[in-house]
Formats: sequence, C-alpha cells, structure tokens
Amino acid sequence: MRAAVIVFPGSNCDRDMAVALAAAGADVSMVWHKDAALPDGVDLVAIPGGFSFGDYLRCGAIAAKSPICKAVVAHADRGGYVLGVCNGFQVLTETGLLPGALMRNSNLKFICKTVDLKVETSDTAFTEGYNAGDIIRLPVAHHDGNYTVDPDTLALLEAEDRVAFRYVTNPNGSVADIAGVVSANRRVLGMMPHPERAVDAGHGGTDGRALFRGLVGQLALS
Amino acid sequence: MKARVHVMLKNGVLDPQGEAVRHALGSLGFEGVAGVRQGKVIELDLADGTSESTINDMCDKLLANTVIESYRVEVL
Repeated sequence: MRAAVIVFPGSNCDRDMAVALAAAGADVSMVWHKDAALPDGVDLVAIPGGFSFGDYLRCGAIAAKSPICKAVVAHADRGGYVLGVCNGFQVLTETGLLPGALMRNSNLKFICKTVDLKVETSDTAFTEGYNAGDIIRLPVAHHDGNYTVDPDTLALLEAEDRVAFRYVTNPNGSVADIAGVVSANRRVLGMMPHPERAVDAGHGGTDGRALFRGLVGQLALS
Repeated sequence: MKARVHVMLKNGVLDPQGEAVRHALGSLGFEGVAGVRQGKVIELDLADGTSESTINDMCDKLLANTVIESYRVEVL
C-alpha cells in the first residue's frame, strides 16, 4: 500500500504522519506542494497538520490552490483515498472535497489538549478498526477547529452516516460536536484531532493506531 | 486600476471574533453595542480594464470562502 504525505511550507505534522503510516505498514513518500503530480500508484494521500502558508488569508486556503492539490483533487475524483488531519482538514474543506468550513474556535483560544472522541461509524476504511460507539482519546491542537456547515448539508451528513468522530465534550464550538467527516464515497476523511500523535506508547496513548492499521490493511487488500 | 474587496461572514454564521470585540466594547463602558461583525478588506492593484467578472472570479476561487463568507467588490 502506497501513501503520499503532502508537505507545504508550514506543515509541521508531516513527519509524524509519515512515521504513523510507515509503522502501520505503508510505503510512504513525501511530496512537495509545488509538485504537480503524485507518485505513481499512490493509494492514499495524507494532508498533515500545521500552518500551511502561515494560515494567511484563511487556514488552508492558499494550500488548497497549490499545484499538488489539483492532483489530490483528481486522485479523490478517481476514487482515491485522502486523509486530512487538522490543517489537512481545513485544506480539504477549502478544496471542496469535504463540505463545510473550519472557523475560529468559539472561545477564541488555541486549544492544545487530549480529548475524548466518540467513533460514530466503523463503516469507513479509516474507522473500520474501531467499533461505532467506542470512546477514544486523541490530542487536538488548533485555533480554527470550529466546524460549521449549513443545516441542509448537516442533515445529509447525519442521514448518510458521514460523521466519523464526535467530541464527547465540545472544545471548540463545532456544530453537532463534529470532529471528523467523510465524503459521500466515504474515501475522504477530514478530522481535527491528531491520530498520528497517538500511535506510540511514548505519545501517552495509542488510540490512533487502529486508524492507520485499519486503513493500511484495508487498502493493501484492495 | 484598483479594486477593494470586502469579505464578511454571511449573515447567520456566528462570528466568535465579532462577539469578543462586542464584549470588549461593553467592558470599556460603551453601551448599546448590540452586535459586532468582523471582516476583512483586500485591496487589489490590477491591470487597467480588468473586468468585474474577473474580480468576482478571484473572490469565488480564493479571496472568499463562499461556504461561510460573502463579498462585495468596489472598483476604485
């Protein structure tokens, strides 16, 4: 299973993401934002956390228009898998691959702590390593994680079982406590919490491991 | 030519920063501030003859996130 981790100026979770994917068995390559094409045979594109382009204009807005993002959108349009974490989630909403937007946290503070999340669905390649209803603990570290989406789209997300994770205690004002959502074809996941920061006992928790193991295992089969 | 783009959160989208500014005004003793909305102004220095539809295109593609923001173009 081949994975590509996109690196923007200001990405800071790119290596953590690569380590987490490699530990789960993926063959990982790093791809610079100015590249116009993904490496051949990539199954999964991971867009890491950080502060791409300094969060100028809006979080993720400039990154979403970078040359590599055209290739990422084409990959997703072909049915490829994409994982966006934190800033990566913001980039995915800015590209339009996921609905909604991430606004400033409702308390206006940068939130950096480990939170409880409820796994809402195991019916995605990303979450099949969990059971729906599981409570897992993952770190969050963001200033703009306040997910918002119009009521009609929210109803659609709920009806189609596309909320992947919800906060047990909402830290940032996100509508319906949403921490992560998947695309209509369930192959694009965006989430604010950091699974790649919870894959090693030294991280203080390993609840993110099942996401990477499940994902890599699933894609290796297909 | 120059153009100025005003970007605001859409009506109905909660503006946490505007709310914080409203509270701060209240704590400074300014009474009767019922609401504050915060946006941004972007000034563009453009080639003469750039059409308004091109500027709108810039807004739709980059300058505003039309999921949550609306914009107004002012050609100067």
